[in-house]
Amino acid sequence: MSVTTASLSEARLRRQRTRRRISSTKLMLSVLAYGIAVLFILPYLEMAVAALRPASQLLAPNLLPSSLDFHNFTSIWSTGFGGNLVTSLLIAGGATVLVLAVAIPAAFYSARHRFRGRGVFLVLVLATQMFQPASMLVGIQREFLNFNVGSSTLELILINAGFNLAFAVWILNAYFASIPVELEEAAMLDGCSRLSALGRITLPLAAPGIVTALIFTFIAAWNEFMVALTFTLGQSSGRQPLTVAVNNYIGQYSIDWGHLFAGALIATVPVIILFALIEGRVVGGLTAGSVK
Amino acid sequence: MTAVATTPKRRLAGVKQALRPLPWIGPAVALIVAIVLWPVVVMVKTSFTNIASDGFSTGGAGWKNYHSLLQEPALGGVVVRTLLWVALVVGVTMVIALALAQLFNTRFPGRRIARSALIAPWAASVMVTALVFRWALDPNSGAINVVLHAFGIVHQMGSHQADWLGSPGTAMICMMGVAVFVSLPFSTYALLAGLQGIPDEVHEAARVDGAGRWRSYLSVTLPLLRPSLLVATLINIINVFNSFPIIWEMTRGGPGYSTSTSTTMMFILKQSWVGESAALSVANFVLVVIIALAFLRVTTKDGGLG
Repeated sequence: MSVTTASLSEARLRRQRTRRRISSTKLMLSVLAYGIAVLFILPYLEMAVAALRPASQLLAPNLLPSSLDFHNFTSIWSTGFGGNLVTSLLIAGGATVLVLAVAIPAAFYSARHRFRGRGVFLVLVLATQMFQPASMLVGIQREFLNFNVGSSTLELILINAGFNLAFAVWILNAYFASIPVELEEAAMLDGCSRLSALGRITLPLAAPGIVTALIFTFIAAWNEFMVALTFTLGQSSGRQPLTVAVNNYIGQYSIDWGHLFAGALIATVPVIILFALIEGRVVGGLTAGSVK
Repeated sequence: MTAVATTPKRRLAGVKQALRPLPWIGPAVALIVAIVLWPVVVMVKTSFTNIASDGFSTGGAGWKNYHSLLQEPALGGVVVRTLLWVALVVGVTMVIALALAQLFNTRFPGRRIARSALIAPWAASVMVTALVFRWALDPNSGAINVVLHAFGIVHQMGSHQADWLGSPGTAMICMMGVAVFVSLPFSTYALLAGLQGIPDEVHEAARVDGAGRWRSYLSVTLPLLRPSLLVATLINIINVFNSFPIIWEMTRGGPGYSTSTSTTMMFILKQSWVGESAALSVANFVLVVIIALAFLRVTTKDGGLG
């Protein structure tokens, strides 16, 4: 009797000890994870610190200035930054609307119907996801030189929409395919037309996919730099989106770091928040088809 | 009876049937063809055209653009740097991402918040991130140099030693570091998704069979992680190969072409030698297509389509 209690309590003691050891490694691991997490946002904190440095301490060799100054954030608007913000909103917003308008019908139809050329279409979509403007910039530039659409904003809307379309079709196709067709059929039995069944049943159910495609396209177009630089470099600065405009603070002999980082911060914070909203779903979309 | 199936009426119905997807699929196909595929044709044509420095075409050039590209004295160095750039950045990224994914897959309080901090470099414009690092590497006042100085690694602020972007060798290493930094979030998340797809029973079975932690990782986790590892690696290869903003913002690819990869060289060439730049673009594009084909093979092998 006493033997069993002794061995029982010994077992309990051992279990407690392992639990404590596990929790101490767990503590170490979580401290490490927090440290790494801080490391990943450190450059953006440094950007904020640089933008908030008083002009007299801009180039002081210290990590934190002795005081903060919001002057850069108020004076930046007199450098024409508002116009660049509007241009960026037009380009990213226009590209997003165009992508959704074109991608939703294509993704829905290819998810619901077997038709001749469906395989070719899906391979086209999957393959063009791999194409980026960087490796065909000369071709894009020459094409638009010959086929003048008149405004660089419109050109950038078309180009950003074209290069982000494939991902949107791909992720939406997966969403539509996961919604049972019976739900639409039931709605049609209840008197819905085919289109209103789509609008009332399918689209709301696919909302998470649509939001993902929307945010992803918006951020990609908002952050795009190489094509925007190529198409708006010689233009009046108001036609330039933020990514290009921020570079105007880099002069030949000196750099206006204060305004540069104030502008960069204004351009960056909203997209980090937007991206955080869909973080979990984007990877699933990017690797859909192979990682299930 | 079925022998008369191809009456004109039936054929018309067949055409109608074939055209039915058009209003749904047509706009998407048109946009992809016009914006993504047609530039490839234009690019190939441009590479065989004489383009004056004012941008006007002055007739066919045959293989002249390719010849002058091959005679660029900087080309050899650029090719070597491009290979090193892609291999080192993707290799280091994947190794670190494997460790990070493992770390962020363990349960600990506040994991969600810690994880979402990881995405900052993915969401922010790469151009902005590159500029922050250029600022932080400033030889006189940059934060990285301030820290290195405090640890005694940088002996004097403002010295030649602190000017990391000033010489091509150290500049390349710094820029590779930035490229790894911006590639890590996507890679880590892709591997996290892969890790979450592995059922716990598999690890338990390995433990029952007497496998240690390291052994079970090597022979159970890693093989099961293969698909996500492959996809993430291929996407990274394409992204890193096409990467432009980091080098552009930190050194402009210079002095000369001494810190250029083939993507930045193409951009610099484009400013005065459009035809030659097109020739280099064609070479870059062919490489990307080969990588994309490899990607297609990997992703469609298990019937992943549809």
